[in-house]
Amino acid sequence: MKDTADTDTTPDGRKIGGVLMEMKNITLRFGGVKAITDISFDIRDGEIRAIIGPNGAGKSSMLNVISGFYVPQEGEVWFKGVRRGPMRPYQVARLGIARTFQNIALFDGMSVLDNIMTGRLTLMKSGVLSQALWWGPAEREETHHREKVEKIIDFLEIQNIRKTPVGRLPYGLKKRVELARALAAEPKLLLLDEPMAGMNVEEKEDMSRFILDVNDEFGTTIVLIEHDMGVVMDLSDRVVVMDYGKKIGDGTPDEVRNNPDVISAYLGVAHD
Amino acid sequence: MFYREAGDFKTTYRDDSQTFPIRFDRWRYYAVVAVAFGVVPFLINDYWANAVLVPFLIYAIAAIGLNILTGYCGQVSLGTGGFMAVGAYACYKLMTAFPEVSILIHVLLAGGITAGVGVLFGLPSLRIKGFYLAVATLAAQFFLVWLFNKVPWFYNYSASGQISAPERTFLGHAVTGANTTASSKYLFCLVILFALAWLARNLTRGTVGRKWMAIRDMDIAAEIIGVNPLTTKLTAFAVSSFYIGVAGALFFSVYLGAVEVGEAFGIQKSFLILFMVIIGGLGSIFGSFAGAAFLVLLPVLLKNILVGQFGWATDLAAHIELMIVGALIVIFLIAEPHGLAQLWRLAKEKLRLWPFPH
Repeated sequence: MKDTADTDTTPDGRKIGGVLMEMKNITLRFGGVKAITDISFDIRDGEIRAIIGPNGAGKSSMLNVISGFYVPQEGEVWFKGVRRGPMRPYQVARLGIARTFQNIALFDGMSVLDNIMTGRLTLMKSGVLSQALWWGPAEREETHHREKVEKIIDFLEIQNIRKTPVGRLPYGLKKRVELARALAAEPKLLLLDEPMAGMNVEEKEDMSRFILDVNDEFGTTIVLIEHDMGVVMDLSDRVVVMDYGKKIGDGTPDEVRNNPDVISAYLGVAHD
Repeated sequence: MFYREAGDFKTTYRDDSQTFPIRFDRWRYYAVVAVAFGVVPFLINDYWANAVLVPFLIYAIAAIGLNILTGYCGQVSLGTGGFMAVGAYACYKLMTAFPEVSILIHVLLAGGITAGVGVLFGLPSLRIKGFYLAVATLAAQFFLVWLFNKVPWFYNYSASGQISAPERTFLGHAVTGANTTASSKYLFCLVILFALAWLARNLTRGTVGRKWMAIRDMDIAAEIIGVNPLTTKLTAFAVSSFYIGVAGALFFSVYLGAVEVGEAFGIQKSFLILFMVIIGGLGSIFGSFAGAAFLVLLPVLLKNILVGQFGWATDLAAHIELMIVGALIVIFLIAEPHGLAQLWRLAKEKLRLWPFPH
């Protein structure tokens, strides 16, 4: 499944480009514990790439490596054809990589609007002094970004809560606001850590629709960690399967579904 | 009744993001500003200026400064008194070294110097948080007071170890020294407070403020979405210390006139301003005003009632006053931890519906 042709078209007609990000032989240790062992895979431009695996398989660690939160001891991360050196997370964010968290990480004291506006921080330029004076450049910039943010608010259908403090919102809406904040950065690559955890069927359907729409309308490449197999198999173009920090499968949903290693990791092996 | 959003349609994002989106609120604010600038200076006398208004204005500046650091950026500081001392001594050194330069420039430069010192003492905040940072800033408090006591250069080798402000004029009116009038002191502080409060409001509603609040609410998530914690925290320390330095400079030069550092800028001052911020409301510019007003007015009010009305001895009244203020702070923290600003917000939300329950 190493197809390096420049563009492919998926069965539903979306364009998938060349390799956007490549992980080469990543190993991550915490003291003596190996969280990730020698994993390589690539993410292609415009695709929805899922990472699945049982609990403790190292999926979230992998996402943290991509977002720069953990620096792997071994291996290389290539993004847009350039090898990424060790970086602080805020520098990674400026490259165009945004993410959501497994346990919602919104700013509870701020309104929904302000939370989403923070997503655009990397795109805002005005300095402390022009901010303090407000009139002129700072205000124009604020209004310009507000317009963009309002488009995302419309897109995710959260108009009625835009001035509500995030702390007062129910769980499902918080997840949606977090997606909005990540989208506000206009990322090239969007990392979603269990976007559907703890949701009911209806909320899951909404969220799935948003994920597909984001991919379709903005052309955002998405890396997704999810436990709901139905969702993963429906949404993703390709799936990486991890178990105990190792990669045990990689391919289209159908290939993965029929991979004997994957079946044994999920269902256990018969001991006869 | 008048406090309504209904019929007050916003057609631009600019209108929507203004400070007072409700028309009645806006007019009330203009009225307060008009009274403060146009009426109070003609009515003010020495008692009101020295006991209430000038300390209120200066403490409000300091409270806004600490609120930026603690309320908006979430970095607890107990070094406020020390930073005010930096502002005061910087102002004193500048005033005596360059007597021909305007006092306003000295006050602002004193703020700038304090900002530099604040950044220096803010550096540990990159590694330590919460209580531990509070202890580190406590070290700043004690170190700075010790420094100004020990090094005679700071008080120009005066025999008493005190610093006292020479007379300086602003636009022809004496604002420091013995020949000041109540109204010129008041107006000088009011103009500075008005400008600084306006700047603080602009900073906290824009990108800078959102960065601060992001660091306060969840620093890890803030970093992931692209906030540089180093520059953000140090900006907060710099801006906050600038305000506190300006407050210290005014406190020394305009309000007290002569200062002994341990007495005027001791640890009690740090706590007093922290109480103002907590009682007023963390993360609110209005709260800084409310807290400063509360803690300046309350002792004056209690003293007038206890000594003036009940005829108690002054020393007894002073002790009772401390107990009452202490008890009120405790009650406040239990009943309304978000401070007067939150009470104000709740009142406004009720007012929007009044007189109908829904």
